[in-house]
Amino acid sequence: MTDVVFLVVSLLTVFFAILALESRELVYGAVALSLSFLGVAGLFILLDSLYIAIFQVLVYVGSIAILIVFVIMLVRREKWANVTGGNERILGIIAAVLLFSTMTYFSLSSGLTSQYPNPTAIPNFYEIGSQLINDYWLILQLTGLALAVSIIGALTMAKFENR
Amino acid sequence: MEPLINYFILSSALLCVGIYGLIAKRNAIRLLFSVEIIINAAIINFVAFARYHDTPLITGQTFSLFAIALAATEAAVGLAIIVQAFRLNNDIDVLELKRLRG
Repeated sequence: MTDVVFLVVSLLTVFFAILALESRELVYGAVALSLSFLGVAGLFILLDSLYIAIFQVLVYVGSIAILIVFVIMLVRREKWANVTGGNERILGIIAAVLLFSTMTYFSLSSGLTSQYPNPTAIPNFYEIGSQLINDYWLILQLTGLALAVSIIGALTMAKFENR
Repeated sequence: MEPLINYFILSSALLCVGIYGLIAKRNAIRLLFSVEIIINAAIINFVAFARYHDTPLITGQTFSLFAIALAATEAAVGLAIIVQAFRLNNDIDVLELKRLRG
């Protein structure tokens, strides 16, 4: 039995994801993309993963979407309003529909249809911190290193002068 | 609560939307949108499969934290590359970016 809230949130998520790619104006696409990210955050709340939902809103809606909007302001050109990819578009639709129908067909006959969550055992997000420090401390450090390197790289590329 | 298949179908729908964007779009920023949508689909799978385990696993949430952080780094570097390509070529059409061709 499908929950109404789940149905509405997931339909909105997919709709805004399509709108992000198909809207005529790139800025509206960025807004639709951030709404789609908000929908994914709602799904995380439905999955009892509040911490991930907060993190999703902070990182995706808060920083990535804003960064994308600023870059769109920098690189805006009028020509995209009337570009309609011909062959690639049909090819993309065929590939997406084929892949989606295949995945749905094979997953409908799998054991996933009868898999229900344990309603009494709600994941305890205090464990995330202890897992980060005790089990995955090396990955945590490497993620920090990747963040630092990416910031330095982005700054270096931004300072590079056009000769 | 819904069966796990609903989350799986939703995430495969998002994945297919992203793949459609990667194939069909020529604007570099739209390609970045597609990559972000695909990463979101992957994160939904992580969290959903961890929640539907008999004793809910927290590892799925920990890994999705790493995935979100790496997606943020990827977006920062990708946007810097796009800005730089726009400065060099005055366009972000990926079919027009031929400067690196051998």
